[in-house]
Amino acid sequence: MIKSIKTWIFVGFASLLLVACGQGGGGAGSKKSKTLDNTKKAGFVKCGVSQGLPGFSNADASGNWSGIDVDVCRAVAAAVLGDADKVKYTPLSAKERFTALTSGEIDVLARNTTWTLSRDADIGLTFVGVNFYDGQGFMVRKNSGINSVNDFKNGISACTNTGTTTELNMRDFFNSKNISYEPIAFEKADEVVQAYDAGRCDTYTTDKSGLAAQRTKMSNPDEHKVLPETISKEPLGPVVRQGDAVWEDIVRWSLNTMIEAEEYGVNSSNASSLKDSENPAIKRLVGSEGELGAAFGLDNEWSLRIIEQVGNYGESYKKHIADTGILPNRGPNQLWTKGGILYVPPAR
Amino acid sequence: MIFKKFNIENKKARDLIPQAITVLALLSVIIYFATNAQINMGNRGISFGFGFLNQEASFDITFSMIEYDGSHSYGRAFLVGLLNTILVSVIGIFFATIIGVVVGVSRLSDNYLIAKVAEWYVEIFRNIPLILQIFFWYFAALRALPLPENGISFNDISFLTIKGWYVPKFIWTNFNIFLLSVIAAFIAIYFINSYATKQREQFGKQLPATSISLATLILIPLITFLFLGVSLTFEYPVLKQLSSTVYTYEGGVSIIPELIALALALSMYTATFIAENVRAGILGVGKGQKEAAASIGLNKNQILKLVVMPQALRIIIPPTTNQYLNLTKNSSLAAAIAYPDIVLVFAGTALMQTGRAIEIISITMLTYLTLSISISMFMNWYNKKMAIKEK
Repeated sequence: MIKSIKTWIFVGFASLLLVACGQGGGGAGSKKSKTLDNTKKAGFVKCGVSQGLPGFSNADASGNWSGIDVDVCRAVAAAVLGDADKVKYTPLSAKERFTALTSGEIDVLARNTTWTLSRDADIGLTFVGVNFYDGQGFMVRKNSGINSVNDFKNGISACTNTGTTTELNMRDFFNSKNISYEPIAFEKADEVVQAYDAGRCDTYTTDKSGLAAQRTKMSNPDEHKVLPETISKEPLGPVVRQGDAVWEDIVRWSLNTMIEAEEYGVNSSNASSLKDSENPAIKRLVGSEGELGAAFGLDNEWSLRIIEQVGNYGESYKKHIADTGILPNRGPNQLWTKGGILYVPPAR
Repeated sequence: MIFKKFNIENKKARDLIPQAITVLALLSVIIYFATNAQINMGNRGISFGFGFLNQEASFDITFSMIEYDGSHSYGRAFLVGLLNTILVSVIGIFFATIIGVVVGVSRLSDNYLIAKVAEWYVEIFRNIPLILQIFFWYFAALRALPLPENGISFNDISFLTIKGWYVPKFIWTNFNIFLLSVIAAFIAIYFINSYATKQREQFGKQLPATSISLATLILIPLITFLFLGVSLTFEYPVLKQLSSTVYTYEGGVSIIPELIALALALSMYTATFIAENVRAGILGVGKGQKEAAASIGLNKNQILKLVVMPQALRIIIPPTTNQYLNLTKNSSLAAAIAYPDIVLVFAGTALMQTGRAIEIISITMLTYLTLSISISMFMNWYNKKMAIKEK
């Protein structure tokens, strides 16, 4: 009897100790960044990505991740650790992603995540910018005779991912059109594709970039098409935990640097030769003027490393989205100077 | 004087103090966890509360037994998920029990073929992980079904397709009267049976109680159809073209393939364990019992029904309760194939849309706990009822 009670008390104290140790992460943001310190100590950036979305974050056969979301993580690693390859990727489902971030399992979430008010304000997250302007669309079979969303009729079944804004937009859309529909929501994107491909549902709805990317995974991609209508705004961007302002700034300006570099024509091959450029904006970008890195506790070549190791936004887009045939046309994801809506505050 | 009471020599105190310490330690751990979570959530700007349950859910659910659409609240979505979990569990338990008893008895059959088939069934289905069986039924078996326009037709009133199984819908008039008549029939059957038992025990008279009960169950509701204005019509599913190659069925009831796959997998899997319980129960009844029954002239079916089964049930019920609990909890694997159970709808979509992980996960855990405890309590009651009554 006495012995078993001793064991109980021991277990109780042991759990107390464990909890106390586990409390280390997070914490209120002071002048110093806990996340930055932890990242430097660990030697890699903990980055949450998708479970496989070509063009955004996708792993090849040997486990190397690539995509424009992955490039955000690589940019942060280049800025903070000096090496873009020092990233630990955690593939997350739509459902897991925010909990993984708020619990400290990852420090940056770059997983084609839509920026919305409730996500930004309510659940302890901060969106730092937009790296892809997207909108929700529908995919159907080419031979279905459906050429626009106006051809949808009562009783249509639609597959999508659970836990996404897509699921909510879908309802808004069908409600506004007064169409009764059968919603089927899967946890993994691969399961959605499989279900649609097999004929379980008549249409597949998600962000248009996602549709374009997933189409390449179908058993016969040419049998499917994306309808022209866009039913929602989906600004996708990287997310960090609330409460660490310095880390938030590092991620935000890593992304901004890539876009600003494209604007000033600085790319991975010419960056180091532009140190003596006439243009002060370029000189600030490559670190030969100003002391911008000091603001987040980094050296002055942080942005140069991003451009050299990861490239500017245009290079990243061309490599992952355009050249892979997903969306050759940049559409709104073009610089503001060239008719798009990519516009970042100046780095100065 | 008062200290003498709590003296360590005092047996009562000796028993009480360690228990009190344990409870205190346990409580402090729980409180510590709670405050720790609260502090960390506060630091990360996450609010805590259950107010979200009244907010509009704004997502739709494929399949619901109560009226639901996205304009209802998260609380309502929770209820939809809970009912779907209960539905698949009840269907699963029902079929698992039937298959389990049949297979368990078959394994003891004198017929070599039947016994071997039953044995193979048990060995195959209990040794493959459940999630793989769910995937098999959903992604392999049901995906091979035809598209709606080529659906497998049952006499043109029911159609099996990749989009689900479309069956006729019952349309009742005066359903309440019908329901009351069924209840009345069951009450009548109860009295008939207790009268028959009395007759048998007191005078040794055998009344055909089963036939009379069956007749009552058919006759009383039939009267309501003939004289009390109850009627039943069927609404049959009809093929509808949505576009040049897209078809669906309109009318009738659609049983979604996700439900079919999950119910199939759960009942086939759990049935193997129940079959083994049944076999153990039957084998656990002494050989002498069967021989004694045979010697007083009972035939094989009577021996099984009157002598072996009542005794075997006492052995079968407790482990089978565990299987019912397992089945109910295993139904949470539904999320893998998009069956909208409580895990997919509430701990999945609702959690995602609100971000209230702690609140939603605790509600879901409490719900499963309540479900499991209810099943246990019912089975314990049944077990007590079936236990040996010493006279």
